[in-house]
Amino acid sequence: MRRRPAWLWAAAIFAYAFLYVPLLIVVVYSFNDSRLNAEWVGFTFDWYRTLASDDQMLKAAGNSLMIGIVVSFVSTVLGTMAGLAMHRYRLRLLPILIVAPIAIPEILMGVSLLIFFVLLNFTLGLVSVALAHIAFCIGFVAIVVRARLAGMDETLTEAARDCGATPASAFRYVTLPLIMPGVIAGALMAFTLSIDDFVITFFTAGAGTITLPLQIYSMIKISVTPEVNAVSTLLMLLTLLLIVVAAKLSPTLLPSERETTP
Amino acid sequence: MGSSAPHPEPLAARGEREPSTREAGEGRRKPRASLGKWLVGAPPLLYLLVFFAAPTLIMVLASFRSPGEFGGLAPIVDETGKLDLNVDSYVRFVTEPVFARVFVKSAWYATLTTLFCLLLAYPLATLIAKSSRKYRDLLLLLVILPFWSNFLIRIYAWMIILGPNAALAKLVNGTLALFGAAPVPLLFSGFAVLVCLVYVSLPFMVLPLYANLEKHDQALLDAAQDLGANAWQRFWRVTFPLSLPGVYAGAALVFIPALGIFAIPDILGGPEDTLIGNLIKQQFLETRDWPFGSVLSIVLTVAALMLAGIAAWVGRRGAGRRA
Repeated sequence: MRRRPAWLWAAAIFAYAFLYVPLLIVVVYSFNDSRLNAEWVGFTFDWYRTLASDDQMLKAAGNSLMIGIVVSFVSTVLGTMAGLAMHRYRLRLLPILIVAPIAIPEILMGVSLLIFFVLLNFTLGLVSVALAHIAFCIGFVAIVVRARLAGMDETLTEAARDCGATPASAFRYVTLPLIMPGVIAGALMAFTLSIDDFVITFFTAGAGTITLPLQIYSMIKISVTPEVNAVSTLLMLLTLLLIVVAAKLSPTLLPSERETTP
Repeated sequence: MGSSAPHPEPLAARGEREPSTREAGEGRRKPRASLGKWLVGAPPLLYLLVFFAAPTLIMVLASFRSPGEFGGLAPIVDETGKLDLNVDSYVRFVTEPVFARVFVKSAWYATLTTLFCLLLAYPLATLIAKSSRKYRDLLLLLVILPFWSNFLIRIYAWMIILGPNAALAKLVNGTLALFGAAPVPLLFSGFAVLVCLVYVSLPFMVLPLYANLEKHDQALLDAAQDLGANAWQRFWRVTFPLSLPGVYAGAALVFIPALGIFAIPDILGGPEDTLIGNLIKQQFLETRDWPFGSVLSIVLTVAALMLAGIAAWVGRRGAGRRA
């Protein structure tokens, strides 16, 4: 084995601690029997009980869930189509439009959609948020699906076509089952991105519409309360679960030297 | 239809592993491809044209308009029939130094964030790249996992850690008191903004650095050692120059988002920590001066894209020189 000096380990452990201790503190204090997130007093489930009876929070969670499911479904369909189109054909415009929303500052997309919706007299609310989320999720799904297609043996689809299958049935019975793990991983990713998004939602939700991140934002702007710790803990659990499932389905989501090459 | 099916082309032409070489497989454009191309490609294309390209273009146009009396935009044609198109907002941006100062401040925060991320990420990426295959994926996963937790939660965590009643503030201010210094607030300060920026950006530095370091040839280091280079020289003369493409990629991935951030200074910053993102938010939600807000967003985006372009160019040039 190659030499790995102790200071390297120390620096790496410090970096990991830096990444995890803050999140750990959030989780631990969600069970703390004190209004102040300052020191450990005793164990309690009170903050989760408070959460369960907080109508505003439940409404926000419901909205986020609903938007997440719709966004995940629509952007998966559109993103899979985009991934397929980019894999099979030489296109000029589509790849740019797929990457651009990911590459440009998030805030630009938020404010430009705000102008767009207001100028069209489109009422800001759940629908405008969902439309905005779909716009930035398509790219992520397309990239995951395309990566899956790149690792697939295209001769299988061609064989199906040679055997007389129509393009539609060759897709339905050969290509789709083969890329399914990628499609599901893309859907889970879109759901996670949608449920987590703050910046674009902030600009496109308008007054009076809340999602989970917006609700958390307005709570922490006022004060630090362990109820936020509780909802954060639950949200982290949900995200973790989705990521584990997505990663199991599509190993390309996890870095290995081939995918992370800049 | 079935009789017109194409012959399978040789596998080699497709470049199974490298997605980039697949583009060369143009032989797959078939006569009927155009219909399929439109059926599959048009819906996502249309969606992105309507909900991404159009809003962006509208914003570019809005930057050349005048602000409306009650916010938003002034009517495109005023009472006298004059078309409302001007560069007033751009002129305002250039002539009022306060805005340039905010940009400089944002760039300064983004630069510091990039440097601290580099300092933290380099040892971490080195360690991961040198680990055995068995642990490598796990160690990388551990770097990425926090990135998937909600952005606001990660900001909130620092509100707790840096809060006035938390152990850290007590420790710092207790130490300061020993030396007779006045207590300093950790939260709502530039320090809080910077720490959190580094925190949320770190994975973006580790990943490209790791991807680069992992490819280094140990033989080069062995050769350097045989030629009498000590550990520092081996790092500074061999490893570091070779890792520059990874450094540039990581710097771009950290610097550009950090430039446009608005939630972190909004929540953790003090009154002086207004960055571009906060300024843009103000223009759209408080002052309701859309043209000026659009100018700020466009300047930010152009700056970000230019930096990304430079990073890509420098990275490629560096890679080409060694090849």
